[in-house]
Parts: sequence; C-alpha cells; structure tokens
Amino acid sequence: MRNNNDIISDKMDWVTVALYFAIVFLGWINIYAVTYDQAKSISIFNVDINSGRQLIFIVGSIFIILAILIIDMRFYETFAYVIYGAILFLLLLVPIVGKEVGGNKAWLGIGSFGVQPSEFAKFATALAVAKYIGSVGFRMDQLRNQIILFAMIGASMLLILLQKDTGTALVFTVFTLVFFREGMSPMLIICGVAAAVIFILTLLVNSYYLFIGIGVILVVAIVMGKKKIKRIAMLTAAAIALCCVIISVDYVVTNVLRPHQQNRIKALINPDADPLGFGWNVTQSKIAIGSGGFLGKGFLKGTQTKFDFVPEQSTDFIFCTIGEEHGWLGSLFIMTLFVGLLLRIVFLAERQKNRFARVYGYSVACIFFFHFAVNIGMTIGLFPVIGIPLPFFSYGGSSLWGFTILLFILLKLDIHRMQVLQRI
Amino acid sequence: MNEGRKEIIQIVFVLVAFVFLVKLFFIQVLDDRYAQLANSNAILRQIDYPVRGLIRDRHGKLIVYNTPEFDLQIIHREVKNLDTARFLDVFSLTRAELLQTFKELKQKKEYSPVKPTIFLTKLSARDFAKIEDNIDEFPGFYIQARTTRAYNAQAAANAIGYVSEISKTKLEKDKTGIYKQGDYIGQSGIEAFYEQYLRGTRGVRFKLRNVDGIEKGSFRDGEMDTLSTPGQDLTTTLDLDLQSYGEYLMKGKSGSIIAIEPSTGEILSMVSGPSYDPTLLTGKNYSSNFVLISNDTMKPLFNRPLMAQYRPGSIFKIAQAMVALQEGVITPETRIRCDRSIIDCHGPHTNEDLRGAITNSCNPYFRDVLRRMLNKGKSNNPFDDTRIGLTEWDKHISSFGFGKRLGIDLPNEKNGLVPSPAFYDRAYGGRPWKFSNIYSIAIGEGENLVVPLQMANFAATVANKGYYITPHLVKSIGNSGKPLPAYIEKHYTTIDSMYFRVAADAMQRVVEEGTGQYRAKLKDVIVCGKTGTVQNDPKPAHAVFIAFAPKVNPRIAVSVYVESAGQGGRSAASIASLMIEKYLYGATQRPQIEEYVLKGKFLN
Repeated sequence: MRNNNDIISDKMDWVTVALYFAIVFLGWINIYAVTYDQAKSISIFNVDINSGRQLIFIVGSIFIILAILIIDMRFYETFAYVIYGAILFLLLLVPIVGKEVGGNKAWLGIGSFGVQPSEFAKFATALAVAKYIGSVGFRMDQLRNQIILFAMIGASMLLILLQKDTGTALVFTVFTLVFFREGMSPMLIICGVAAAVIFILTLLVNSYYLFIGIGVILVVAIVMGKKKIKRIAMLTAAAIALCCVIISVDYVVTNVLRPHQQNRIKALINPDADPLGFGWNVTQSKIAIGSGGFLGKGFLKGTQTKFDFVPEQSTDFIFCTIGEEHGWLGSLFIMTLFVGLLLRIVFLAERQKNRFARVYGYSVACIFFFHFAVNIGMTIGLFPVIGIPLPFFSYGGSSLWGFTILLFILLKLDIHRMQVLQRI
Repeated sequence: MNEGRKEIIQIVFVLVAFVFLVKLFFIQVLDDRYAQLANSNAILRQIDYPVRGLIRDRHGKLIVYNTPEFDLQIIHREVKNLDTARFLDVFSLTRAELLQTFKELKQKKEYSPVKPTIFLTKLSARDFAKIEDNIDEFPGFYIQARTTRAYNAQAAANAIGYVSEISKTKLEKDKTGIYKQGDYIGQSGIEAFYEQYLRGTRGVRFKLRNVDGIEKGSFRDGEMDTLSTPGQDLTTTLDLDLQSYGEYLMKGKSGSIIAIEPSTGEILSMVSGPSYDPTLLTGKNYSSNFVLISNDTMKPLFNRPLMAQYRPGSIFKIAQAMVALQEGVITPETRIRCDRSIIDCHGPHTNEDLRGAITNSCNPYFRDVLRRMLNKGKSNNPFDDTRIGLTEWDKHISSFGFGKRLGIDLPNEKNGLVPSPAFYDRAYGGRPWKFSNIYSIAIGEGENLVVPLQMANFAATVANKGYYITPHLVKSIGNSGKPLPAYIEKHYTTIDSMYFRVAADAMQRVVEEGTGQYRAKLKDVIVCGKTGTVQNDPKPAHAVFIAFAPKVNPRIAVSVYVESAGQGGRSAASIASLMIEKYLYGATQRPQIEEYVLKGKFLN
C-alpha cells in the first residue's frame, strides 16, 4: 500500500491549492501596499507593520494545512457535532471573558494573542450541517429536519449577534443557498430577497408612493387574472401584508437598528448626503477605487489608500487598494481568481461521493461567495457596509485561518473521496 | 429532483462578479469624477505666494516695500488647558473678543478641528514680539507669516493706491482664475493699474496629505511643483522729495498739485489734498480705518488730480488764444477794447494786444476773440454760424487733451468736458442757441470742465510748443527701463508751434508784470504762468495757476488748483512757484512765500 503522503500529492486538487496561494500572496502584497509609506520605506517583512504580521499568519496557515491533511479524513465527519459544540461553547464564552476590539466583543485572548471564535464557527457549522444533511434518513422536505437545520445555523448566528458582530452573523444566512442545492424549496430565498428589496425600497422611496404602487399593482392583478373571490381575497391580503411590512420597516429602522447600522443603510442609499459623516467609508472607498481608472496608478502608487482616507483599509476595505493601484484590469483579475475558486469548489463538491462531503463543499463555496459578494459590494456601494473580510485577502490571522481550515478540510475530503466508496 | 440547481448556483456566482465588474467599469473607467475627487482629497495644493513688486521714486528711493505680517493659526484639536487670562494678556484681547473669535472660528467654512485655521489675522509687529516669546505656552496655536505693504514715506497715497483683500464682486468678475478668496489685490492707484506686473506669478507645491490633513511629503517628488516668481518692481516718475514737499504745502487745503516733466510726460509729483496715511490701510485695522477714511467729509480717497472736474477759469484763455491764432481770426498784434459793459474785468487796462490781454487776463478781449472764432460768417444764420464755428473750436480744444481721458496709468480718470454743438442741443432741449448764449466758455467759465491733470498737461503742451506725451507715473517696469508703449508717443495739437511762442511770451509777462507777479516770480529762472480765479458762488472762488519753467528748455510744468482760496495769483501761484523752485534748486529761497502758503489765509 502506498503511504499517506503519496496519496495526498497524487490526489490533491492542485488547481485549488494554486488559486489559494495566488490569492493569499496577492492579499499579502496589497496589505503591504496599504501601509507603504514612501518616506519611511519599511520592509514588507517587518513585523511592526501588518504585512509582516500577515506573513506570520500565512506561515501559520501552512502548519494548519499540514495538520488538516495529516488528520484522518474520518475525523471531520465523526467529530462534526463535537467541533460544533466546542465552538458554540467558545462563542458563549466570548461575551463573558472576551476582549473588545473595534466596538465588537468578538475576541478571545490567550496571553497577548487574540482569536475570533466567530471565524471558526463557519467551518464548524458547515461540518455540523453537512453531517446532519448527510445522515441516514434525512429528508429536506420534512419540516422537522428543516427546523433542526435552521436551529443549527440560528444558534451560531445568535451567539455571534450577542457579540454585536452583525456582519459575521449575516454570513450564516448563506446556508439557505446550500439547503436550496440539497432540495429545499426556493420560496424561502425568493421571500428573503423580496423582503430585502422591500426593505431597501422603503428607505429609498416615500412610503406613500409605495402604498400607491402596491394599490396599482393590486388593481391590475385583479383585473388581469381570473375574477375568483378566493384569488382576489388572497391578493388583497398580500397587499395589506406588504403595507404592514413597509410600516414596520420604518419602525425597525428608527427604533430597532442601532445608529451606526442606520447610518450604514443610509450611506448605501445616498452616500453624498453626508460624505464626511456616515457616508465617509463608502464615499472614500468609491473615490479610491474610482480614481484607479482602467490600468490603475501602479503598485504602491495609490494616494487614497495610503493615507488612511479609507478606514479599515487592510481588513474590510482591502479591495480599494486593488481598485486604486491596479484599476479595472486588476479588479478583473482578482474577480477572475475568486470566481475561479468558487466554481472550482462547486466542481469539487459535485464530484464527492457522499452527501456529507458534497454539502460541506457547497457550504464552503457559499460562505466564500457571501464574503466575496458583500465585501466587494460594499466597497463599490452596492451593499451596506457590513464588516466582513475578503477571504484570504484581508489582513487578520483568525479570518485567514478560518477560511484556510474551511477550504482544506474540503480538499482533504476530496483526496479521499474514493475511499468512501471502498468503505461502503 | 435537484436538477439544474448546481447550474443556478454557478450562474449566481458568475452573475454577481459580472455585475461588480460592470459597476467597477462605470466608476473606474467611465466616470472621471472620482479621479478628481481623489486628487483634491489626498493632494494638497499649496500656494507659494510671490513677493509683490516694490515701488520706487524716479531716483530709486524706495516708496513702497513689503514687510512680514503675522497671522495666528489654530489647530483646535491640539488646544489643551488654555490659560485664558494669560492668553488675553499676551494677545491684548478682551474676554468677549476671545469668545467671539472662537464662535466665528467654528463658523468658518474651512474650519476643521484637525487642520490649521486662521484664528487672528495681522498681529502687528509690536504684539508679535510678545506673542513670539510666549507662543509656546499655548499648544495648538501657530504663527504664520506673510507679507504686507509698508511705506517709506506718507506720500502720494492716492497715486500709489493700496492693496487689500479681493472683494466678492471682483472675484466673480475675475476671468483669469488667478485670484482666490482671501487674496490681496491692488485696489487703487498704481497698485491697481500695474497689478499684473506687481503681483508676480504664484508657485504651486503639491503635497500629499493624509486624512487628518497632515502632510506626507511632496507629490511625485515635486516634479509638478512650480516656484513663485516675484512681482516686478516699478520705478515711478515721482520725485519723492518734491512729492512730499507738495503734500506739505497742501496741508489743510483741498485741491491738487501736478508737476510734469514736459519733454517726457513724466509726472514728477501728484498731490491730492487732503490725503491720508497709507499705512492706515494695511495691517490689523484695515476695515475700521477704511470706513473712517471713506466717511471723511473731506474725501481723502477722492483722487482730485484725476477725478475732480472743475471749470478751468482764466488759464483757458491761453488755449483760446492759440486756437484763434491758428484760425487766423486774430494776430498777436490785434487790439480789442476792454468793453466792460458785457463782461466784467479787472485791473487798469483799456485796449491791449494779445500779450497784454493775457498778462491782464482781460475778459472782454477773449469774449470778442471767441466771437470772431465762432461767428466767421460762414453762414448767414447766426445760429448755424455758431454751430460751424464751435465745431472747429472743439477740434482744436480737444487736441490739447481736454474733454477726454488723457490715459494716465491710473484708474478712475475723468473726462472733463468740452462743450460740443450736440452738448448745447441737449442742454437747450432743442431750442436754438448762438454765441451770445455760450460766450462764458471764452474765459474758462460756463460749461467747460477739466481735471487738474489736463491743466498740467496743457502747461506741458505749451512748454513743448505744441505736443504732449501722455502723463504717466511709471517710467520703468521691472528692469526694462521703459514705460508702457503708450507713454512714449507724442500727441501733437492742431496748433502750429510758432503760436506757442506767443503764449510763452505772454505767460512770462503774466509772471513778471501781470496777475501772477510778485508771488510766482523767481530770481534765477524765467517762469511762464497763467492765473485763474474760478467763480464758486457763494463760496470763495477757486484759485488756479499753471506754469512751466525755465522758458527755454522747460524742465517742469505745473498746475495748481486750490479750492475756495480766492484769486489764483495768491495761493496757487505761490504753491506753483515753490514747487518749481524746489524741483530746480532743491529748496526755496523765499521763506516768506512758503510761510504764506503754510499759513493758508489767502482770502484777505
């Protein structure tokens, strides 16, 4: 029998690995570009600046990758619930013993070293969800099974919300896309998107116009379709429900959302209203990206991203550096890398021989997709500012390691996909 | 059962990336607004202010120079534990003023707690010494230097003009884009007329700055930076000693003195009385001083040499004589009876020739000269005949530079007035007019209006025997050694030069034996002059005197106009001769005349 290492190198999906290292490397040099100051010219390896520290995190990820590959592939499925439970426990611990960084109490300190358990909750939840869907007798059309699934992601979300880390909590909504792949009715996603659209519309347009618009649509729908009493009653009920939603959105925005969250939504709608206030992030980020032009200003030549105009530059707004220094072409390149990675993961997921591995693969793809879409979307003003990192790109040890673990567990499962059959 | 869902998910992934790329294409490639915003965001355009050109007198003596002025800037965020009592003491402020300043600070458009904002402007030099010693006690406050105008002599304030912040209306009209709010600009006099030479060119330094406005070095290693070039110095035609002396003589009087070097048109001295201290319009109290000066009932900002339009009085008889000689209606030997029944006269004379009539300033003589001019019998209709005559007369009179702007290198010059047939048509509202209606213009009364500059220019024209060079105040821009091209050209009158000899002879006699004798006469030099006494009922008449000297190769031509000072032979003749003396010899030898002028009691 060939030894373990040979199997790994033979069966490893080197395309994914190459994409992974390409993105990590580009992220690293862009983190350097952010902190680069021509007057000081500090080395990219200097651990006093973010790029130096990021390099340590990258080296750390290599050890994590090795560990994941060495551990037996059966470990992940077998201990999925245990890992999930442990992470939930850590999440529970954070509000009690955690330390506060940047307004969010999301860090667990071990000496001078801090980790964000929420970053690891993603892979843990993905494992648990995959195991549950992959378990014998699971049927997506059973309400009980669905409730348990939503309870699983709901528990993670709730505990992360308790840390006031709304952005990371929202990531878990993307599991609905995984459920959709596994047979759940698309109605839930359609309703969710529709609710979001109405929510945004309510903020954009005066409620009275919306009421009038709904009224007009209602009348048209009644006139155009069959004149059955049941249908008319249904449509009217739906219209009234919509109006109630609109009224409640107003209430939610003014009374439930916290001021900075309100501002983020207002900034999305009209960043020019207060470009130096709540619109600052989006305005500055758009200026930085927009000033890049087609080819960009050149590596280390950015002006906007150098001098702290864009806040959270190394982490959530790292894409600005790409946009400014490498222009549209650079953005196209990065987008291609990410979409390539996402499609490759879907490809990997689809070639898995058991449901656990496939669901897990889709979870990884969807989590990356959510981060990718929301992170870049907010920098160009298409999404509200939700503080979540760009996978492998943003500065930060916890997020890099969290994403690395997510991806490489999938690669480990992929290496051994044929053994699953052998085992059965 | 889940057919096609994989594809749906893949499509969603690709679609989102595609939407992003489209949006990015819009903001990065199609919309250049962001690039501009980025530049104004991170690149600080720092103006390198040029030094304004200096202004010197004809001998190179400095009149106007620049002196540093200090502003107090504040970076509000850095202000900590301000010892208010101490601050008030050091900066000589009251508590209310300080509170007001802080209130105004926050209302300023450019205010930001992290950027330097001007807190107090124009700390005077005296304050500054104290402030400089103690500024360290007040963190967050910084001193910023710039230059302001300073004056070596309190002279020629109206001719030189002043510099102050550009007004909003001027800023809106400015098409050059050179000026920005808060910039200084020449507001009057030479400072305004030669603004484009004096201001120099600004430099621009592009600095990178971070979000707090803190500089982070130069942009592209300064390859786009430009250095400021200082403004060009001006050498004026003024003789600072003569100018100061003129202002000394005019103290307490309203009026003007203009002295011109006839051969060049260079203005040796231009006094507008009363004047003001130009240093009042610089520094800390500019605004309040400006209000004070502009509200003064004596109108010190009114530049009389160019702007005060007076009737010329009897000095106009010289011009009249020239025109009549040129037109051939009289000869120098023509005698006319002094018929005082139509127009009053003065002095014991009865039947003079032209020189005698000028010497005695005979009114009936010149009334008849004008009659001969205007009614030459070219038409049988006396009205038409006058019209024809007046048209010819106009042409000649205008050629002396009367009735139009001479084009001096100062703003706000007035035209004066030479009445034309069209003018009388308007004045008479279409009713007919003839010589008997308008004969007052014969003796410089009536509708004629001239500004003192035109009178001096006229004296220079007579001195030059028939031409003038437009009077001007700047003889050299920068190191060129040349004035503007307009100030080299000779303007010839329509009068033959031989007739000016007659005028010069007559004007010599005015000084030696006529109305100007005694006070205008000088021992070592022949002065040619003409008095004027302009009716100003019910107030005392205005005193006028024009003169040039020496008679041969004249070096100076003068006009003096003293408001409400009675006969021209007294104040005006005295001042004119003192100016000539001062210019030719450096000092007067007639202290009694100087004393007489300074005492200023001309009416008794």
